[in-house]
Amino acid sequence: MKKDYKYAISVCAGSKCVHLNNELIDIILKEIQRQGLEDQVKVTKSACLGYCEEGPLLVIHPDNITYARVQKDDIAEILSEHIKNRRWVTRLLFHRDQIANSFFPQFGDVDFFGKQYRITLRNCGVIDPESIDDYLAYRGYEALAKVLTVFSPQQVIDEIKRSGLRGRGGGGFPTGVKWQSGHDAVGDVKYMICNADEGDPGAFMDRSAIEGDPNTVIEGMIIGGYAVGASKGIVYIRAEYPLAIKRLQIAIAQARERNLLGNNILGSEFSFDIDLRLGAGAFVCGEETALIASIEGKRGMPKPRPPFPTEKGLFDKPTVINNVETWANIPVIILDGAEHFASMGTEKSKGTKVFALAGAVRNTGLVEVQMGTTLREIIFDIGGGIRDDKAFKAVQTGGPSGGCLPSQYLDTPIDYNSLMAAGSIMGSGGMIVMDETTCMVDIAKFFLDFTQNESCGKCTPCREGTKRMLEILIRITEGAGQPDDIDKLLRLGTMIQKSSLCGLGKASPNPVLSTIKHFRHEYEAHIFDKKCPTKTCKSLLTYTILEDKCIGCGLCKKNCPVKCISGEKKYSHSINQADCIHCGVCFSTCKFEAIIRE
Amino acid sequence: MTPQWNDLASELLQRFGDETRYAIPILQAIQTEQGYIPIPLLEAIASKAQHLQANQLYGVATFYSQFTFTPKGKHTIKVCMGTACFVKGAQQIVDAFKSALSIEIGETTPDKLFTLQTVACLGCCSLAPAVMIDGHVHGQVTQESVAALLKAKGFNL
Repeated sequence: MKKDYKYAISVCAGSKCVHLNNELIDIILKEIQRQGLEDQVKVTKSACLGYCEEGPLLVIHPDNITYARVQKDDIAEILSEHIKNRRWVTRLLFHRDQIANSFFPQFGDVDFFGKQYRITLRNCGVIDPESIDDYLAYRGYEALAKVLTVFSPQQVIDEIKRSGLRGRGGGGFPTGVKWQSGHDAVGDVKYMICNADEGDPGAFMDRSAIEGDPNTVIEGMIIGGYAVGASKGIVYIRAEYPLAIKRLQIAIAQARERNLLGNNILGSEFSFDIDLRLGAGAFVCGEETALIASIEGKRGMPKPRPPFPTEKGLFDKPTVINNVETWANIPVIILDGAEHFASMGTEKSKGTKVFALAGAVRNTGLVEVQMGTTLREIIFDIGGGIRDDKAFKAVQTGGPSGGCLPSQYLDTPIDYNSLMAAGSIMGSGGMIVMDETTCMVDIAKFFLDFTQNESCGKCTPCREGTKRMLEILIRITEGAGQPDDIDKLLRLGTMIQKSSLCGLGKASPNPVLSTIKHFRHEYEAHIFDKKCPTKTCKSLLTYTILEDKCIGCGLCKKNCPVKCISGEKKYSHSINQADCIHCGVCFSTCKFEAIIRE
Repeated sequence: MTPQWNDLASELLQRFGDETRYAIPILQAIQTEQGYIPIPLLEAIASKAQHLQANQLYGVATFYSQFTFTPKGKHTIKVCMGTACFVKGAQQIVDAFKSALSIEIGETTPDKLFTLQTVACLGCCSLAPAVMIDGHVHGQVTQESVAALLKAKGFNL
């Protein structure tokens, strides 16, 4: 029997904090017993609230009061003060605004949450992701019921078309149009696939969305299956996401029990079921034809399109592939109507987009904003600006397929077209903020090293071209750059963009081309002056001991791995530059600021 | 070919099915249960199966980074090299692990206790730099905390 609790304490249990917070939950449960509050307080695990910076987070419902950085010792006080005495524990409330020194007791009061607009993440952190009852209580599966009773498949497709929803995996293809061609294709079996092979370094939107609200994704897929006429769904998810996998399995099992999956769903003529497939670690499998090859049990190599998967996809049958976030939007569009969804965002990009905000920004975490929000609003209002009062340098969107945008683009409203025009892409939603200490040549090398490693090797431009580009970047960062290297990179990059087979190859030069476009002077400093302006590239740094500051303690000499520092105790030391490997150990061990790095 | 692999091969084919599409789930089961992919086992499967060939299984296993052909150590350390971690100094963390364990990336310590790997992204960017040890994520790792993490897993400095 369900108890009528007065309060619910929800503890953030995303995979980042889950190990930590399980212990916290045990302590809360014990303390509830100790204080005799069992009949009043329910404890739930919520998904990642997205504000990881301030975790562990605890939200007390229905008061909607959020406590941050909660430690074990705080639990007794929270229970006795908040629940018994009805007083807030002010010292644990959000306390971010240091100038006004004001408190932000309620969830939406904090800029981090208040400036967001959560549609796909609407239930994340609110419901218990392991309980279908919780989801049902928040209008879960209502959209499915509406579709099965009121809509014809074509009406569903028309509704999605009218909403203007575009694929959230990065490509931005209109979802309704994709469904239409899947619907129109002839086939005895049709497949719906959810692409949860989130491989971009610096992206965790899909993981958090599934961990927080797996049922929304499932409901979206069932609705899609009904519209297209598919009977089988597959979620292709990274094996690196164990918690998301577990929660999907629970959600699928619970949906089967309630006849939301399986034969004759909710008494209708429509039958649909979902299986999980675990990715085996290949970035290229995020590309839809490679993903299909992987499910078929082959090496994950892309195929030329056409034929598109909607005509000839998995096992040569019509297949519709959408990204996690796209699926999560479907129930909302059906429930609130296409017009409502289309009222949000910009002319060509409707609705919202989830971003994984990370890097040199104060508030890292998951944010969902309306399309058309500017980069500045995300980084400075929601993200709280740059950490350690450093200066903003660039923001990287779109992961290894995207580009770095400097400060003059901060007021760019976010949509598919504007980011493309600025030289980056929307991508799946990774957003890495960089401050003045990040070397742009080094970051371009980092991304190219990644794509080069992940190139499947099928087509020559990507396989060989990215390797040559990487070699040039490595020699630039090691001080061996040649005068025509920038031109070579531009020529190779343009060639790879034009001639590669799949999206991974075509986009692989973007990080290099965008950094050359916006930070050409940094490349030139590396090549011509043999200097790294941010002092990042080790080979280009020289270390010198200042004679008047060195007291001859011998610490640097002792720690030098190649023993290239000489000097008598209590006398000034010196570095033999010929043997120095530029590791910087002497610089970081010196306690007297007697070593300069330039 | 040892009889042990023969029995296991039959069991795997029965559990998953003799179809090309089951190649990856079969390999994943082997990797999880054995800790690596023994090549004689692939040959045993191929000799019993109609639709799974040894070259295909080998080709798939070499394509995906999840599969290894040598046994892993007792503890697997995965240092995240995602963008956020990279920007926050993941390279120094890898270097600290390498020098503490005296092994390179992808190698296992001679006592078979630790395997060191790097991964593209753990999806814990807000905890950067992050390290996953035996499935548990540790956030905001520093060069100094590397020793403590290793010590907690039985490493003697």
